Formats: sequence, structure tokens, C-alpha cells
Amino acid sequence: MADQQTVLKLEGVCKSYNVGSPIEVEVLHGIDLELRRGEFIALTGPSGSGKSTLLNLIGLLDRPTKGRLVIEGRDTGELDDTAITKLRGHSIGFVFQYHCLISAFTALENVMMPLLVENAFPNDEMNARARSLLAEVGLTQWENNLANNLSGGQQQRVAIARGLAMNPALILADEPTGNLDTKSADTVFDMMQHVNKINGTTFLIVTHNLDLARRCQRIVEVVDGRVAPPLASRGAGMLKTS
Amino acid sequence: MNHWTPFEWITAIRFLKEGRMQTIFIVTAVAIGVAVIVFMSAMLSSLQANFLKRVLTTQPHIQLIPPNEIARPLRHGGPGSIVAAIVQRPAQRIRSIDQWQKIRTQLGEWPDIVTVSPTVSASALAVRGDASRSITLTGIDPDVYFKIVRIPDYIVSGQARVSTEDILVGLELAKDLGVTLGDKLTVTAANGASRVLTISGIFDLGNKGANQRSTFVALRTAQTLANLVGGVTSIDLTVTDIYAAEAIARRVQSATGIEADSWIKTNAQFFTAVAAQQSSNTLIRLFVALSVAFGIASVLVVSVIQRSKDIGILRAMGTSQGQILRVFLLQGGLLGLAGSIVGAFVGGAGLSVWHAYMRQADGSEIFPLILEPSLFVTAVLLAALTGVAAAAVPALSAARLDPVVAIRG
Ligand SMILES: Nc1ncnc2c1ncn2[C@@H]1O[C@H](COP(=O)(O)OP(=O)(O)OP(=O)(O)O)[C@@H](O)[C@H]1O
Ligand SMILES: [Mg+2]
Repeated sequence: MADQQTVLKLEGVCKSYNVGSPIEVEVLHGIDLELRRGEFIALTGPSGSGKSTLLNLIGLLDRPTKGRLVIEGRDTGELDDTAITKLRGHSIGFVFQYHCLISAFTALENVMMPLLVENAFPNDEMNARARSLLAEVGLTQWENNLANNLSGGQQQRVAIARGLAMNPALILADEPTGNLDTKSADTVFDMMQHVNKINGTTFLIVTHNLDLARRCQRIVEVVDGRVAPPLASRGAGMLKTS
Repeated sequence: MNHWTPFEWITAIRFLKEGRMQTIFIVTAVAIGVAVIVFMSAMLSSLQANFLKRVLTTQPHIQLIPPNEIARPLRHGGPGSIVAAIVQRPAQRIRSIDQWQKIRTQLGEWPDIVTVSPTVSASALAVRGDASRSITLTGIDPDVYFKIVRIPDYIVSGQARVSTEDILVGLELAKDLGVTLGDKLTVTAANGASRVLTISGIFDLGNKGANQRSTFVALRTAQTLANLVGGVTSIDLTVTDIYAAEAIARRVQSATGIEADSWIKTNAQFFTAVAAQQSSNTLIRLFVALSVAFGIASVLVVSVIQRSKDIGILRAMGTSQGQILRVFLLQGGLLGLAGSIVGAFVGGAGLSVWHAYMRQADGSEIFPLILEPSLFVTAVLLAALTGVAAAAVPALSAARLDPVVAIRG
């Protein structure tokens, strides 16, 4: 059943918070979604619709209350925490909105972190890989700066490089340009598209920025915890500017 | 699989380095605690070692003495009658140990006994012109006795020679009587016997009272003066294991039937004092260790909260709970280690300085300072372990952080 072209498959995924308590709420109601290798996808939707929740499930930071989540042909429901952590480290890279980097480390060390965690590579190999990734996002001259001494846009680019360190199948970005000015946001976005083209890494990017969303191959819209029907089946006018 | 990988070390060290103020303060706190412990322990063990050395070079480990004379009432009440006898304790004469030569040979064969030295002690009067002083006359066989009490080490003028015409006297006695090396001294025993002896050596036992009273003569001379020809009043022993002295004394006593006192028994007060010191020392150590542990724990608790977002990011990039746990355990251990290395150094240096300035009334050093490397090593290792233990609770809470919550902040 492992389809080489499918990176991720969700079937009827539900997520409730505060399960078992009086304030239990279901946030996601039966999500079906399939991401194919090398896709560059925008995840949009109104605030509170469940985008971050969905991203956390896909990123294996949280588990669905119901439904099936298959990553690279492995049904994650059958994995224990250790295996989940391992799969997360190997298959998924994250780029968050704020405070993406670990401030105690330099840009280069931040990029090296996932490799160091894995503890399976010789030092010079880690160094070389981190350098080439930083070069890919155009930050070679900043490699020895502490994370805090970089601009917001530079930090996001370092985060992208770090997300790529383990050469994951999928990069998840939750509003990666959310607190950047338009120009920096553009640069970061360009960078992600560049990486997508070069490495064939699948990107799933949460964004409120419709201009950016339109530059993606596909837009998945979440409304009230459900995936809205594809844009093509509605009028383009449905996509209002926020 | 090796759990303590470079990741844990690098991350722990970086986290400590980044939280500079917290790290400096807690390392200082640990250092102060460890310095106090090192200072106190080294001082106490120096004092004890010094006392032991003094005791064991001026006293035998075990001394055999003849039994007390007791009065045996001759009248016994017949059946049905009660006799209320008032038994007076008889005056104690100087008596010899029966068959002491046999005992000497017998004990000399025991593997745990090193030296057997028969001695005669008696009180006497030392007279020089108009001056006289009462003294304790100890008749010795220098070959063996000097192995127990190292008189030759204490000689300040002359030499430790005791032929039958010689006497060794203490510094204060020589001063009191106005005599020096080579002078003659009349020694009169309690029974009236009297000899003229030549001062062949003057010693300083480091104790005024002992220097005033103690004198040493040849065994034969003392036997004559005490009217105890062929006899001895005590047999002094040294043993291989000084702490087994009491047990050996008991065995000697049952083997020979003669009362044997070990240095442990005669210095019982010292051992009580040592035990009391040691237990208060242990209590102080315990409380210092506890406050160090709580200090480290509280710093790490705050650090976990400050770093929850870092922890979340680390978890998102595939760091396991175990790795996060070890990062924080390691921080605790490193804080303990760094603090204790500084503290051990400061404590040792502080004690050396204190020792250099503290003087006895006469300007000599109060006691020889002993700084055992093992004390420092133990202190550092224990502090590092305490740090790891103290980090347990914060490290567990860090490992259990829900990454989703941690990242959202
Ligand atoms: N830990 C939680 N406990 C309870 N409810 C939660 C929790 N996390 C999220 N929710 C709720 O789930 C819903 C979806 O939240 P989510 O953060 O996924 O929305 P979002 O689409 O990312 O919104 P935004 O665009 O503002 O980031 C919201 O109503 C939110 O209040
Ligand atoms: Mg969100």
C-alpha cells in the first residue's frame, strides 16, 4: 500500500481537546487529505479553524483522537512514542512563526542540531552539511552569529535550512512569514520554493497571505475543522482577501 | 547505545553558558558550601591525625600492669548469719609482674604484636644541691623502648644514651634544678635507696608536665632503686593495627592473666570527642549538601520554564524525552562539579592561609596541616552526584513538557 508518490495520507482524522472533561471540544472533524511527493501546498483558513492543530497532528507532535495518519507508508497509530519521535526526526522538518531557533546556539549550530540529536554522523560531515544548507538559503556569512543576532527573516531562513538538515520528506511551516515585512516574507518564500524545486521536498505552509498562497501549487483551505472543497469547484471569488 | 552523546553535553554546556548570571550565582553558592565542608573536614582530620600521632609516639599501644592488691577478709559468716565487713583497700606497693620473662617471650611470638618492652616505673626525688623535685623514674631497655616512645627524636641536647649510670631528663626539670648536660644528679627512691646519675641527654616531649616529671634510666638502675631486682612493673606493647589494640589487649589479658590496657581505653575521652565531632560534622555536611541541592534544583526549575520553547523546538526536531532529561541532569551535575572544584580549591587555600596565621602562644604551628587529595576528590564527586540528583525533578518536568504547549509558549 506504500505509494511512493504519497508522502502523507489522512483519513477521517478528528481531534478533540480536553477529552473526558466537561469542556471537551472537537476541533477537527474528519479530515481527509493526501500530500504527494514534491508538492508545494498552502494551508489557509480563518483564524481558529484548526490549521495549527492539523499541522501539529501531521508533524506528530500530537495524536489524532480518531482516524488514520499515514506518513511515508507507516500508519502512525501503531507506533509508540519512541518510534514517533524517531519518525518525526527523520521525516519532518518544522518552521514556526516565532522563536524558531535556539538562542544559545549559532546559526550554523542550529542547522546542525537535528544531525547532532541523531548522533550518527561524524563531525566534519555535520559541519559540511550545515554549511551547504546555510549557503543554500544565502546565509554563509552569518553562520557564526548567535541566533538572537539575526533579523527575523534571516532566522526564518536558518529555520528552513535546519528543517532540511535530515533531508525530510515533508516540511511543515506554521505562518513562517507571519511576523516578517513584505520584502523579507517574499525572500523567505522564494527560498522555500527554491528548496522545493532543488530537493523535491514537500512543503505544507500555513499562511494568511493570499498573494503567497496563490504562488503555491495547491491551496488547502480549512474551515471550521473541515477541509473546504477545492477552489476549482467554487468560484475564485470565494477566496476573500483577509 | 551510548546515552551521553555529544548532543547532551553540548546542549547542557550551552544552556549553562547562556544563563550566565544564574550559573555564576549557583556555582558560587555551591562553591561556598563545598569550601566550608572541605575546610572543616581537613581541619578536623588534621587535628585528629596530629593527636593520634602524639599519643602513639609517647605511649605504648598496650600496657600490661600487675593486678591491684586486694584485702581478703578472713572471717566468713556461718550459715544464717550476715557479716557487715568494712574492707579497707590496702596501700599499693610496687610489685613486679610474675614471670615477666616468660610473658615477654610468649607475646613476642604473636604476629600482631610488634614490640614488647618491659619497664620499671617508680617515683623518686631528684636532688641537686638545695633543689629537689619529685620525678617519675622509668627504667627501660632502650633497644625496644625507643621503638615505642621515640625519645631520640625528642632529644634537644646530648644523646639518648642510657647506661646504668645515665639519666635522661626533660627540659623543664633541667631548668628547675639548674642542671645541664653532664651534670650529676642524686636520685633517691621512696624506700631510701639512692644513686648518683649523670645527665646524658635532655629531651622535650612537647608537654611541660611531662618534661617536668619524666626521667628515663636503664632498666637495671631502676630495678635497684625500686628494690625490685629482676622484676618489672609493666610490659609495654606496640601492635601492627593500632585500631585493633583493644581487641588484642583483651586477648593478651586472657592469655597471660595480667591486666592489659590499650591506648583506646586509656584515651576513651578522645574517642568520645572524635565521635561527637564526627557526628556534628556529618550533620553539617548533610545540611550543606541539602541546601546546595535545593539551590541547584531551584535554578533548574526556573531554567526549564525559561527554556520551554527551546525544549519544544528540540522535541519537534526529533529529540527524545530521554535526551531532554539527560540535558538537564547533566546541567545539575556540571553545576555541582564546577562549584565543588572552585569550593575545594577555596576551602583548601583558606585552610592553608588560616593555618599560616594561627600560631600557638610560643609561635609554633598549632598542628601540622594534612590536606588529603582523597578529601578533594570525594567532595567534588559527591557534589557532582548531588547536582545530578537535585536536577531530577526539573529534568523530569522538562522531559514531560508537551511539545505542542511548549512551542505555542
Ligand atoms: N490546547 C487546546 N485546548 C483547547 N482548545 C484548543 C487548544 N488548542 C487549540 N484549541 C482550539 O482549537 C481551535 C483551533 O485552533 P488552531 O490553533 O488550530 O487554529 P488556527 O487555525 O491555527 O488559528 P490561527 O489562524 O489563529 O493560528 C481554536 O478554537 C482553539 O481555541
Ligand atoms: Mg495557528
